[in-house]
Amino acid sequence: MQLLSQLKIGQPATISAIEAEELLFHRLSALGFRIGKPLSIIRRANFNGPLQVRLGTTDVILRDTEAAHIRINTHPIN
Amino acid sequence: MKRIALLGMPNTGKSTLFNRISGASARVGNWPGITVDLMSAKILIGGHIAELIDLPGIYDIHGFSEDEQVVRHFLSNNAVDLVIVLLNSSQIDRQLSLVLQIKKLKIPAVLALNMADEARQSGITIDADNLAKELEMPVLQISAKYGDGLPKALQAATQIINQNQPATDPQVIAQFLQEDNQIEHEMEDLIQHHVQMPTTFTDNTTDKIDRVLLHKWFGLPIFFAAMFVLFQFIFTVGKPLQDGLAWALSVLRSGLLEPIFASSPAWLSGLMLDGIYNGVATVAAFVPIIVLFFLVMSMVEDSGYLSRAAFLMDALMAKMGLDGRGFVMMLMGFGCNVPALMGTRIMRSRPMRLLTMLVIPLSLCSARLQVFIFMITALFAAKHAPLVLFSLYVMSFLTMFLTAVLFQGQYKNAEPFILELPPYRFPTLRQIVLRGWHEVKHFLVRASKFIVIGVVLVWALTNFPSNVPPASAGTYAGQIGALFAPFLDPIGINSQLAIALIFGFVAKEIVVGALAVIYGMQGDALMSQIAMQIDWVQAMSFMLFTLIYTPCLSTIATIRSESKSSGFMWLSIAWSLGLAWVVSFMFYQGARWLGY
Ligand SMILES: Nc1nc2c(ncn2[C@@H]2O[C@H](COP(=O)(O)OP(=O)(O)OP(=O)(O)O)[C@@H](O)[C@H]2O)c(=O)[nH]1
Ligand SMILES: [Mg+2]
Repeated sequence: MQLLSQLKIGQPATISAIEAEELLFHRLSALGFRIGKPLSIIRRANFNGPLQVRLGTTDVILRDTEAAHIRINTHPIN
Repeated sequence: MKRIALLGMPNTGKSTLFNRISGASARVGNWPGITVDLMSAKILIGGHIAELIDLPGIYDIHGFSEDEQVVRHFLSNNAVDLVIVLLNSSQIDRQLSLVLQIKKLKIPAVLALNMADEARQSGITIDADNLAKELEMPVLQISAKYGDGLPKALQAATQIINQNQPATDPQVIAQFLQEDNQIEHEMEDLIQHHVQMPTTFTDNTTDKIDRVLLHKWFGLPIFFAAMFVLFQFIFTVGKPLQDGLAWALSVLRSGLLEPIFASSPAWLSGLMLDGIYNGVATVAAFVPIIVLFFLVMSMVEDSGYLSRAAFLMDALMAKMGLDGRGFVMMLMGFGCNVPALMGTRIMRSRPMRLLTMLVIPLSLCSARLQVFIFMITALFAAKHAPLVLFSLYVMSFLTMFLTAVLFQGQYKNAEPFILELPPYRFPTLRQIVLRGWHEVKHFLVRASKFIVIGVVLVWALTNFPSNVPPASAGTYAGQIGALFAPFLDPIGINSQLAIALIFGFVAKEIVVGALAVIYGMQGDALMSQIAMQIDWVQAMSFMLFTLIYTPCLSTIATIRSESKSSGFMWLSIAWSLGLAWVVSFMFYQGARWLGY
């Protein structure tokens, strides 16, 4: 169990929990952040910039602050 | 009259479909949040006249950002006979939630699975017929951009309209909107049964392009280099067009208009030719550049690159209390500040919206671009021209950044930054032409509203009282200039330029028209006259002032209506005027001190 903000680039993971206030929760879930969904980080912008996260068919960019609301389980790369 | 609304998540093609059906030209762009207000058009459907409404994108019927509120408010205050729900077929797995919400509301609906072209390419198959049975509404695969499947979709819509079902009861909907629901599971169930998607989905082309454009170190330099190239392109291609048109317009004057007015009284031919014609023709000569500018702009907006710019700049913007979306608004402001100001509705936190609205008016809009091209051509060598212009864009960014840094303490916020990154798309020729035409119309409307009145006023001020030579110190214009001299002399702005600046407060399109009237000349003659009167340091100071002070009355009105605060509007006016003066002062005195 770790936070999305700590996930390494390219490592696959699944969402295990979303801990956000209601408004943020709604927005995240409308963009596809739901428990059990697989995701991975495509890239990170320089200077602590946002993450590009791929969830199925949607690419989303978000900051570390928001990513820290999302708990994930990592899978080993095989 | 029947009422049909287009509803869907942001960037799903609602406005594209709206334009297709109604022939209107709502703004389309590959950026979630292009439409932030209602737009409606009358259409004929199944023998009824119906009102078609393009709604802003909404992630969730329960969403609370200001653009989403527009939709909630619309549904809880207007009876609708049909909603056409659009979703992006490639993202049906998450967007179906909105369809289910609409279904819960018992609104008569047709589901349009848009962007069928892209879905097909990425190997997504949707069993529309069975999905329709389960959802109990017509489901059609369409491509709003290319027009595929539209007749069928319209047929389905017509059928529902002709059934004359009772329209929605806004009060009931308002009630429903309060409640919450458990749409989640239902959605997963439907997707599992009726949709097959490849597990990992990648748009290879987009990924390849992004590997370069979003590169850790080269991303930002590429962005600025691309901007430089685009503006250079607009300038080098647009300038000859403008020169040609200006020449044609002066030929028209000497060949046709002057003979016509040869026998009329001097004041009449003065007003018509030196006033209205010179003013309007000078402004009209810029139409090709403006069209070109917006063609380029619409391609950039439609490409999906704006979201990339947000990604690249977010870290820097965060240091100024803004976010990547704020940067995109600044870029949109290059076209016109008004829609950029309205675009801030996608932000939820009021402090961040206000801070963004405070910086947007400093964005070098296309109207100011005209003034700069005019001044630069008059006073700088052709080989320096693009560089001078680019430096003004840089200056525009610097003033915006400075403003944000200085005011971020007042507008502290904790707005989350989450944004979709759409794939790259390229606009069709039709979309480009439509947009170009729309901007020309917009320009002509503004022109007829402000410019004619403006140049007539300027002509009157520079020609009365009639017992002194025109445009001399004795005229009203000269007297007004003298009044402002204590403020404007220290920044190198003479009384002729001062009059242009004062009228520029109304709209920047007037500035060059006003100069033409004040000097009573047009085209090359006007430029060389100005070049004789002022040097490049004064011209630069004038341009800096024009860049920074209030862009136009429409912008001010928009600031007022979007912020719902006159206090904020006055702050914005005072700040930009003050900053304009200080920057011009430092530049002018600094350059003089250095011996230029
Ligand atoms: N490939 C493809 N692209 C489409 C289709 N329909 C729309 N687009 C593109 O999708 C992007 C978004 O279109 P818009 O019409 O602005 O979307 P919207 O739903 O009005 O967006 P908002 O106003 O931001 O909510 C544009 O780049 C369109 O050209 C389609 O059927 N196929
Ligand atoms: Mg739209």
